[in-house]
Amino acid sequence: MIKQLFKFREMLLVVIIAMLLAVFSARSPGFAKPGNLANIFNDTSILIILALGQMTVILTKSIDLSVAANVAFTGMAIGMLNAAYPAMPLALIILIALGTGAVLGAINGLFVWKLNIPSIVVTLGTLTIYRGMAFVLSGGAWVNAHQMTAPFLQTPRQLFFGLPLLGWTAIVIVAIMYVVMSRTFLGRAIYASGGNPTAAVYAGIDVGRTRFYAFVISGTLAGLCGYLWVSRYAVAYVDIAAGFELDTVAACVIGGISTLGGIGSVAGAVLGSLFLGVIKNALPVINISPFSQMAISGSVIIAAVIFNARQERRRGRIILRDRGASEQIEVTA
Amino acid sequence: MNKIALSEPLSETPLLEMRGISKSFPGVKALNDVNIALFPGMVTALIGENGAGKSTLVKILTGIYQSDEGEIHVDGEPVAFANAQDAIDFGVTAIHQETVLFDELSVAENIFLGHAPKTRLGFVNWKAVNARALALLHSLESNIDPRTRLKDLSIAQRHLVAIARALSVDARIVIMDEPTAALSRKEVDDLFQIVKRLKAQGKAVLFISHKFDEVYEIADHYAVFRDGKAVGSGVLAGVGQDEIVKLMVGRSIEHAFPKVEIPLGETVLSVDNYSHPTEFRHISFALKKGEIFGIYGLVGAGRSEICQSLFGVTRPSSGSLKLNGKELVIHSPADAIKAGIVYVPEERGRHGAVLQLPIYQNISLPSLTRTSRSGFLRAAEEFALARKYAERFDLRAAALSIPVGNLSGGNQQKVVIGKWLATHPKILILDEPTKGIDIGSKAAVHAFISELAGEGLSIIMVSSELPEILGMSDRVLVMREGLSAGVYERDHLSAETLVRAATGNA
Ligand SMILES: Nc1ncnc2c1ncn2[C@@H]1O[C@H](COP(=O)(O)OP(=O)(O)OP(=O)(O)O)[C@@H](O)[C@H]1O
Ligand SMILES: [Mg+2]
Repeated sequence: MIKQLFKFREMLLVVIIAMLLAVFSARSPGFAKPGNLANIFNDTSILIILALGQMTVILTKSIDLSVAANVAFTGMAIGMLNAAYPAMPLALIILIALGTGAVLGAINGLFVWKLNIPSIVVTLGTLTIYRGMAFVLSGGAWVNAHQMTAPFLQTPRQLFFGLPLLGWTAIVIVAIMYVVMSRTFLGRAIYASGGNPTAAVYAGIDVGRTRFYAFVISGTLAGLCGYLWVSRYAVAYVDIAAGFELDTVAACVIGGISTLGGIGSVAGAVLGSLFLGVIKNALPVINISPFSQMAISGSVIIAAVIFNARQERRRGRIILRDRGASEQIEVTA
Repeated sequence: MNKIALSEPLSETPLLEMRGISKSFPGVKALNDVNIALFPGMVTALIGENGAGKSTLVKILTGIYQSDEGEIHVDGEPVAFANAQDAIDFGVTAIHQETVLFDELSVAENIFLGHAPKTRLGFVNWKAVNARALALLHSLESNIDPRTRLKDLSIAQRHLVAIARALSVDARIVIMDEPTAALSRKEVDDLFQIVKRLKAQGKAVLFISHKFDEVYEIADHYAVFRDGKAVGSGVLAGVGQDEIVKLMVGRSIEHAFPKVEIPLGETVLSVDNYSHPTEFRHISFALKKGEIFGIYGLVGAGRSEICQSLFGVTRPSSGSLKLNGKELVIHSPADAIKAGIVYVPEERGRHGAVLQLPIYQNISLPSLTRTSRSGFLRAAEEFALARKYAERFDLRAAALSIPVGNLSGGNQQKVVIGKWLATHPKILILDEPTKGIDIGSKAAVHAFISELAGEGLSIIMVSSELPEILGMSDRVLVMREGLSAGVYERDHLSAETLVRAATGNA
């Protein structure tokens, strides 16, 4: 039934996204043209990658609020590296980005694992620390496009079959994450640790270590996005991606990843991200002012979340409703 | 089929009556046009296999679920329970199969949450709360301090708290969904004293249990469910157990304990002077190859706690462990599993199953190293493993891919047992292995335990059920208040000796 349930929820998102595209292209012909769709996907790539990292963490009953700060620090670090050592090969730079992101993620993970501090507290702390580190590193200065090398800036823009390399990167990450989550021991451990930590311990799973790995995955993907972000916008400064961690959480929630842990899928996270991506891209196209844009984005998120929650209740997750109901007795009795 | 019209032997009008109740879940019709009546001063036993719909009926009666069809009458008047509060207002209280209590609150707070006695100014009267909680627990012959935090209690003690909570409401209809599942004989007796008092006060009691001796001891009427249908009901006196079993499963079941006499081998595990700072002290025993070693005792005697420390969930403060003569230190369940020791925990909801994961993934969870190849999981292998154990224990589920949370209590237990047996351990620790399991599946579980012992597995079995302990064990360790009250050989086993040792009444 879980399979049917996910299929159902995902189908629903697919239908909603398709409907949005239809509505928008009615207002603005050309919106749903393949070229523009590829653009939208490309534009959403970074969100998709970060949301997948966020998903891994949320599945273990935790949250990573430091992803965007991680993007900023890593992006700043490699932007400066590229400016200072233009001869350094891009592959090495990307490797450094992945490594830096992984280390920042591991720091979060270690606090959660070894000191048992709630992840929301840890990552609220590191959220400011990582951004602060970006400031210390750069002294508040910007790295601008003319300081960066051409391969650094241009590689993600290479077109293959009409889609830039950035988009292909997201597709590859989605594939990898799908395999990790559904076909490996770690993936199963992540679901079990979030679904019922105690039972997971009894099954011989080290829940703390599993959470740690989830944070490392999230951090590594954030590191990758550090590079992707800086090259895409051709600038690095302290405030890049400010507030973007909330977008990743929103994408997960819209995609049906339960904030209680243990429930959710790669497809859900991807569709949740695409949903947000389509909305963000569509509103300017149909001439809506930036202020109403924000209000509309926000309302749609809330509507989707409510819908999703109701859906969640109506279908199979009766157990949770049951528990909710029993809790009600306890409270109101 | 045995159909005694309800009105025939009963002159009184029912206190509560349910007519034509149906309830469906996606893919399952849990209740199908069911009628049941409860009478004042009478205990009605509700009997049926795992998944027959008993707990669903209880949840409808307590307003947690709403029926799709049918009506409920109280005192002959139709009523509707839109939520739990409605049911409470009509005087229905229940001990649920899966108890929902609050870990961080004290025992007294748990008991009186929502209906605490107030002072004249409207504040909670803590003195009265604690005093009344103490009195309730005393009536259950329990010495739990009402100010203890719930999380510090054992499962069975929590169960007593849940019972006290249900009794703290002044109700006319008391429902008990497998209230004795975790209790030993002594606590069952105390509970039955209370049930008798409720009867004398003219309350209607609905009693659900898979244990026939208890049913016959306490119930006046019976109602049997099969696959969501009420297949028979009436006055219990004069109706034989085989008759009821036949109604329940549609065939008769032999349940002789299939104990196979196996020559015991050499010592496999020796536990030497194991102690825990707060739970048990100076426990020593040697487990032999092919042995079924029973552990009996009252609720809270420290039986589960010993098992948990053998499995690495908690650490003993002193004492040592030898596996095949070699010193063994266990820091975590992972260590224990590696050493071939597995533990089937008593509390399936908290320790046993990941409710959101499908059945097959739950069963394969501790065996993933065997079902995976070079780090990649293989779903087909997992399904095969799961199917084997599901068939073995007659698991009632629409498919192996549905979440365990959608199963009935007893079927969840079967998943948990299957999950651990699938690991092919050397030493198997079973904590209340047949708790909440119906009679047919119980026989299957017992047969399997015997078979495993025959294959040379060593088994430690904690059980509160005397027939199970007596029928299956080679030797029995009796525990009392965290201390050993002796190890008894099979030849010297009798119900009286064990109960006497467990209660300390010479
Ligand atoms: N929340 C739920 N979602 C889906 N199916 C459910 C749910 N609760 C119960 N069921 C199904 O309804 C049927 C009846 O379940 P119920 O819990 O009432 O059985 P029961 O008679 O209490 O069994 P047991 O003796 O094992 O406690 C089962 O097939 C079960 O799988
Ligand atoms: Mg039940």
